[in-house]
Amino acid sequence: MVVTLEISAKEAVAEGVVALTLVHPAGARLPDWTPGSHIEVVLPDRTVRHYSLCGSRWDAYTYRVAVLREPYGRGGSALVHDTLRPGDRVGVGGPRNHFPLVPSETYLFIAGGIGITPLLPMVQQAELLGAEWQLLYGGRTRASMAFLEELTAAHGERVHIAPQDEVGLLDLGSWLGAPRPDTKVYCCGPAPLLTAVEAACAHWPAYTLRTERFTAAEQAAPVRDLPFEVELRRTGRVVTVTPDVSVLDAVRRVGVDVLSSCEQGTCGTCLTPVLEGSPDHRDSILADHERAANTCMFPCVSRSRDDRLVLDL
Amino acid sequence: MPGTAELPVCDIDVFSPAALENPEELHRVLRTAGPVVYLSRYDVRALARHEEVHAALADWQHFESGSGVGLANFRHEESWRPPSVLLEADPPRHDAPRRVLRDILAPSALRVLRAAWQRAAEELVEQVLAGEGTFDAFTELACAFPLRVFPDAVGLGPDGRENLLPYGNMAFNSFGPVNDLVRADAHRVAELSAWVNAQCAREALTDDGFGARIWAAADRGDLTQAQAPLVVRSLLTAGVDTTVHGLAACLYAFATHPEQWQRLRERPELARVAFDEAVRWQSPVQTFFRTATTDVTIADAVVPEGTKILMFLGAANRDPGRWDDPDRFDLARDPSGHVGFGMGIHQCVGQHVARLEAETLLTALAARVEHIELTATPRRHLNNTLRSWASLPVRVHRTR
Repeated sequence: MVVTLEISAKEAVAEGVVALTLVHPAGARLPDWTPGSHIEVVLPDRTVRHYSLCGSRWDAYTYRVAVLREPYGRGGSALVHDTLRPGDRVGVGGPRNHFPLVPSETYLFIAGGIGITPLLPMVQQAELLGAEWQLLYGGRTRASMAFLEELTAAHGERVHIAPQDEVGLLDLGSWLGAPRPDTKVYCCGPAPLLTAVEAACAHWPAYTLRTERFTAAEQAAPVRDLPFEVELRRTGRVVTVTPDVSVLDAVRRVGVDVLSSCEQGTCGTCLTPVLEGSPDHRDSILADHERAANTCMFPCVSRSRDDRLVLDL
Repeated sequence: MPGTAELPVCDIDVFSPAALENPEELHRVLRTAGPVVYLSRYDVRALARHEEVHAALADWQHFESGSGVGLANFRHEESWRPPSVLLEADPPRHDAPRRVLRDILAPSALRVLRAAWQRAAEELVEQVLAGEGTFDAFTELACAFPLRVFPDAVGLGPDGRENLLPYGNMAFNSFGPVNDLVRADAHRVAELSAWVNAQCAREALTDDGFGARIWAAADRGDLTQAQAPLVVRSLLTAGVDTTVHGLAACLYAFATHPEQWQRLRERPELARVAFDEAVRWQSPVQTFFRTATTDVTIADAVVPEGTKILMFLGAANRDPGRWDDPDRFDLARDPSGHVGFGMGIHQCVGQHVARLEAETLLTALAARVEHIELTATPRRHLNNTLRSWASLPVRVHRTR
C-alpha cells in the first residue's frame, strides 16, 4: 500500500547527502517500523527508490531518510537533491525490513558511507537494550560522512571513525578480532565492503553476519537455460519466460502490474507469493531457510528451476 | 486518585458476573458517559468508544504492555507466571519474537495447511451430521475443530491436550481482578502451568510444526534460546480459547440470523468476512489494559504516568459513532477497522490461523447445512476477559 507523505524538512547532513523528514499531510501516525527497515519512495518521475529509515520510531509522526547523490546512479538521487523541496508530496510504500536486528549480547556494526543509515537506529536500540556494541564507520572523507557529530556526541568511544583519506582502507580483521559466539556482526555499505566483511567473518559461527546490500551480490548462472511457463493464477494467464527476459518483464508484457524498484534483487519491492513450483532464487535478500520454503520470490531476478511456476498474481 | 474530579465516574463492577454475562448494557453506559471514564471500583480509567480505544491500542509509545495487559501492574506486582515475550513486552524486546511468529503464521506460510484443514472440517461436519441433527454446536464444532487441527499444527504430542482450554481460561481470567473466577482455578495453576511449560520444550514438539519453526529461529539466532519456549507458550495460551469462542460467535450469529446463513450459502466466499463480522459483533476478547508511559492526555483527560487504562474492545466494536446499526450481525457490512484482534504492533499475530480455521469450518458447513436454529437458550461461560460459551444447543437441516 502506498500512502502520500509530505516533505516537512530537507537538510544537508554531509557533502553530497541530504536528509528528508516526511510527515502525513493530515498529521496522522505513520506505520510502525523496526531498525533496519526501509521505505519505498515514488519519485515525481514515477520511479521507485528505497531508503533506510534513520530516525526514531518513538516518534510515530515522522520518518527520516538520508539520500546520497550518486553521480553514476539512475537519476533518482539527483532528483531528490535537485528537485524535491519541503512541502512537496511523494508516495511512500512499506516500511519493510529485510535487515532486522536480532537479539545478541554484543553487536559489531560496520558502516560504509551512506550504509550508516539503517545502522543508526540499530545503535540506538543496542544502547537502549544495554548491549555491548561498537561501530566502525568508514567513508571517503570525514566531510562526506553523515551523522558523524550525532554519533560521536551520543556514544563517544563506541564509535570508530575511519575516513579513507586519513586512515586508508578499513582494517576489518583486527577490528573484528577473534570469533565470538555471543556476537552478531551487522554491515551495510558498498559491495566491496560487504564482500570484504563476508570474507573476514567466514570462520565465525553461522548466522553471525547480517548484511544489507544496496547493490546485488554476485550470482551463479541460472539453474536452467530453457524457457519455462509462469501461471498467473489470479489473472488466469500463462506466460512463457525465455532465457533472455526476466519473469517480471514477461509478466508485465501481458499487462499485469507488479511494483518494482531496483530490478536487481536487493530492495524487495516486487515480492510475489509463489503458489506452486520451485523458484531459482537469485536475489540478495532472502535467507537460506526462506529460499527453501519456496513461498515467495523476487521476479525481477529470480527464475524457475522447473518447467512451471505458479504465482499469486 | 488525583486528577479524576473532572471525569465521569462509574462505580459498576465491570468484572462482576452480571456485567460479564451481559456486557452490552455496561458498554452503552460507559460509551455514553464520556471518552474517558473513571472506574471507582478498580481505580482505573476506561475507554469504551472506538476512536479512543483504536488510538490507545496503536499508541505503544505512550501506552505500554510491559507492565502487564491486565489489572495487575507489573511495576509493583509480580505476574503469576514469567511475562509473555509478546503480549506483555514492548519494543525493542518485543521485536524479535513478534517478527519470528509473524513470519511463521503469515498467510503465505499457512497455505500448506489449507487442504488438510478443509478435509478435517469436512470430516468433522459429516461426523456431526451423521447424528440426529441436534447437538451442542459449542462442544461438537467450536471446541472440536480447533482442537483437531491447531495442536497438530503446533506439533504437540498426543497426551494432555485436554489441558489446553482450562489453561487458556485461567490465563484470560488472570487479566481481571482476583475474583471468584480466578479463585476457582487457583488450585490448578501449578499443575496446568507445569504441563504447558513442558510442551514448550524442543523435545516435546514434532519436527514439522509451528513449535519446531520457533526453535529453528532460535537456532539461527533470530530469537534467544530463552525466548523460544515462551513464544511457543504464547501460541498455546492465545491460540485455542480465542478461536474456540470466535467460532462459537459465528455459529451463534448464524443460528440467530437465518437470512445471513442463506447469504453465506449463496456466496461461500463470504466466510472470511463472516468471521471478522462475528468477531466484531461478539468480541471474543472483550478487554485489555495498558499502562501510561508518561502523563497522556486523551480528550482533555490526563492519564497519569504509571497508571492503567482499561480498553473495552467489545464496546468499541459496537460504538454507534463508528458503526451503522452496530448491534446487527450483517455480512453486507465491511467490518474492517474492528478492534476485536487489537490494533498496532500487538494486533493478534495468529489472526490468519483463526481466519483459516473459520473459513474451512464455515465453508464445510455451508455446503451441507440448509438451516441452523437454536433449540434452547445458549449458556455463557464467564471469564474475566473472554466472551465465552458453555453450550450452544442447535438443530440443523441437512441439504437435500
